Amino acid sequence: MLGLNKKDFSLLIVVAALAFFAPIILNIFPKDSALSFFNGGYPDLMQRFAIFGIFAIGFNILFGLTGYLSFGHAAFLGVGSYAAVWMFKLLSYNVVPAIILSVIVAALFSVVIGYVSLRRSGIYFSILTLAFAEMSYRLAYSVLTPLTNGETGLQVYTNDPQILKGDGPSVPHLFGLEMRARTELDIGPWEFTFPVGYYLCAVILVISFYIAIRIFRSPFGLTLRAIKSNQNRLRYTGMNPKPYMLTAFVISGMYAGLAGGLLAAMDPLAGAERMQWTASGEVVIMTILGGAGTLIGPILGAGTIKYLENVFSKMNEGLLHQWFSFLPDFMEDGVIWVVSKFTGEGWHLMLGALFMIVIIFLPGGLIEGGQRLMNAIGMGKKKDEQSNSAKSEPAE
Amino acid sequence: MGILEVKDVNKRFGGLKALSDVNLSVQENTVHAIIGPNGAGKSTLLNCLVGKLIPDTGSVMFDGKSVLGRKPFEINQMGISRVFQTPEIFGNLTVMENMMIPLLAKRDGAYRLHAIESIDHEKDLVETAEQMLKDVNMIDKRNMHSASMSRGDKRRLEMAMCLVQNPKLLLLDEPTAGMARADTNNTIDLLKEIKATRDITIAIIEHDMHVVFSLADRITVLAQGTPLVEDLPENIKGHPKVQEAYLGEAH
Ligand SMILES: Nc1ncnc2c1ncn2[C@@H]1O[C@H](COP(=O)(O)OP(=O)(O)OP(=O)(O)O)[C@@H](O)[C@H]1O
Ligand SMILES: [Mg+2]
Repeated sequence: MLGLNKKDFSLLIVVAALAFFAPIILNIFPKDSALSFFNGGYPDLMQRFAIFGIFAIGFNILFGLTGYLSFGHAAFLGVGSYAAVWMFKLLSYNVVPAIILSVIVAALFSVVIGYVSLRRSGIYFSILTLAFAEMSYRLAYSVLTPLTNGETGLQVYTNDPQILKGDGPSVPHLFGLEMRARTELDIGPWEFTFPVGYYLCAVILVISFYIAIRIFRSPFGLTLRAIKSNQNRLRYTGMNPKPYMLTAFVISGMYAGLAGGLLAAMDPLAGAERMQWTASGEVVIMTILGGAGTLIGPILGAGTIKYLENVFSKMNEGLLHQWFSFLPDFMEDGVIWVVSKFTGEGWHLMLGALFMIVIIFLPGGLIEGGQRLMNAIGMGKKKDEQSNSAKSEPAE
Repeated sequence: MGILEVKDVNKRFGGLKALSDVNLSVQENTVHAIIGPNGAGKSTLLNCLVGKLIPDTGSVMFDGKSVLGRKPFEINQMGISRVFQTPEIFGNLTVMENMMIPLLAKRDGAYRLHAIESIDHEKDLVETAEQMLKDVNMIDKRNMHSASMSRGDKRRLEMAMCLVQNPKLLLLDEPTAGMARADTNNTIDLLKEIKATRDITIAIIEHDMHVVFSLADRITVLAQGTPLVEDLPENIKGHPKVQEAYLGEAH
């Protein structure tokens, strides 16, 4: 169906269902229960799940298929955000032209950066992309301030032209449908929020995922995997790896630009910090954590990291005291001292530790963890089939 | 005029003269064997034909066109496929996927963006690949991860990847090294069959004299970077210069 085989189609359905029901799944704990702290079903967070999911899906087309590790993809995300805000400033708050332009501008940028960076491979490629992204970041703060508004960040002012605005809304909207609009649903102790902005991101996420599956299963996708495997063989087999690499680079750059455009569509602001190398590193971690080269891994990775970031950075000392109050005082202080290093501001320490654990024990990422778990509890396929699926794993 | 004309080719590696004044003419639709002791420069010569190395001097003409200065993928697109001395395959891919790449390169050229079509829908290519895998007795391994195969199987796969492109000139660098006797004999039979049924020219480097004398129409003996003799197989067997080269007295 839709040009997919049965397995891929069911994967698409699973992702679509998860995206559609996320507001319910993520608010599974009743509003007033102690566990409601772990709910994630509010608009801002759900939007980030979807947007960074898109970012990671695109990154995986480059890194997962070809093995080329870019450390500069946040530059395309940042550029996409700026392009979108400029559309708001010049035309109107309609998100459609904004998102389209963010993809186009990111594509142009990635052609240039990709063309130069792809003259090298391996670590040199990574360093070139990193250098480009860092350059973009610095330029955004210096020479390019007329375009980026420097440290203040680019935003829409009341005296901006907005030539198509008329009496349309003064917040981002989709042909009149405001992004921040939402429907609340109270069922007994449960409370669910269905935001318009999130659903726009979710629909685009599902479409992006669908396109990624098609790319993975196409001759182009196969060629990219051949590049990862043995470029030498590929050359002596009559293919030129360069343009294939550049295409993959630009496609993943466009995904990043799309994510950046959506960030601006949810909140009409753009700042250079989105291009910082830490942001580029984050998408690398998301992809590897979920499972590079797998279809669904990057989405899982993005969701996991954004969720943990939210939960752990929310844990402040007051909360910890409340949780650990059952301990005797002298122990409580010790435990809280340790835990507080990993929470709140220190949540990156937690992220680092988690990343290390995954890399060491589950080099295939969460997807591999899931597969092992399935096998352990006997839900996995039979022995011979299993070895077969392990072999075709890089394509999944 | 042969399909492949190598004229006065010299290649140095620092102080080592790997090829000196090599002349070689390979006639269309023949099997031309290149033999010689280890380090004679046989692989170096092949490298000069496929764009891996550029000779210091001399010319290499294929099908009336110079190959010098062209990239490996361009030379392949001209109709030359090569099997390497150490097997070069796509280790991360399955056997079947390995076969699809050369077919795509042959059909679509050096670059063509097919990003949305499904590879499973390339029925013609899949059929051609399956037929080729049957010819090399590997059809039962079609879904195998190619890196996990034996060295002999990797060689057979690499040869199948080259043959499936239906090249005008096939270059084989010790195609049976590391193969079991039975597989070597199968390879000989396969190459004989290919030679009988296709318009193909084969240049083969081989240490196994059984393979050489079963297949070759002409033989060139290379020693220390220079062709010693070129002749029909029956004249090569007892040739004094050949004996000398192999016994290594010339050092
Ligand atoms: N890239 C290189 N750099 C330096 N020296 C090289 C290089 N390639 C080959 N040589 C040297 O050139 C000489 C010829 O090597 P070549 O590989 O062509 O021999 P060969 O005839 O293929 O031998 P064998 O039968 O062992 O494969 C050898 O002395 C080898 O060490
Ligand atoms: Mg050799």
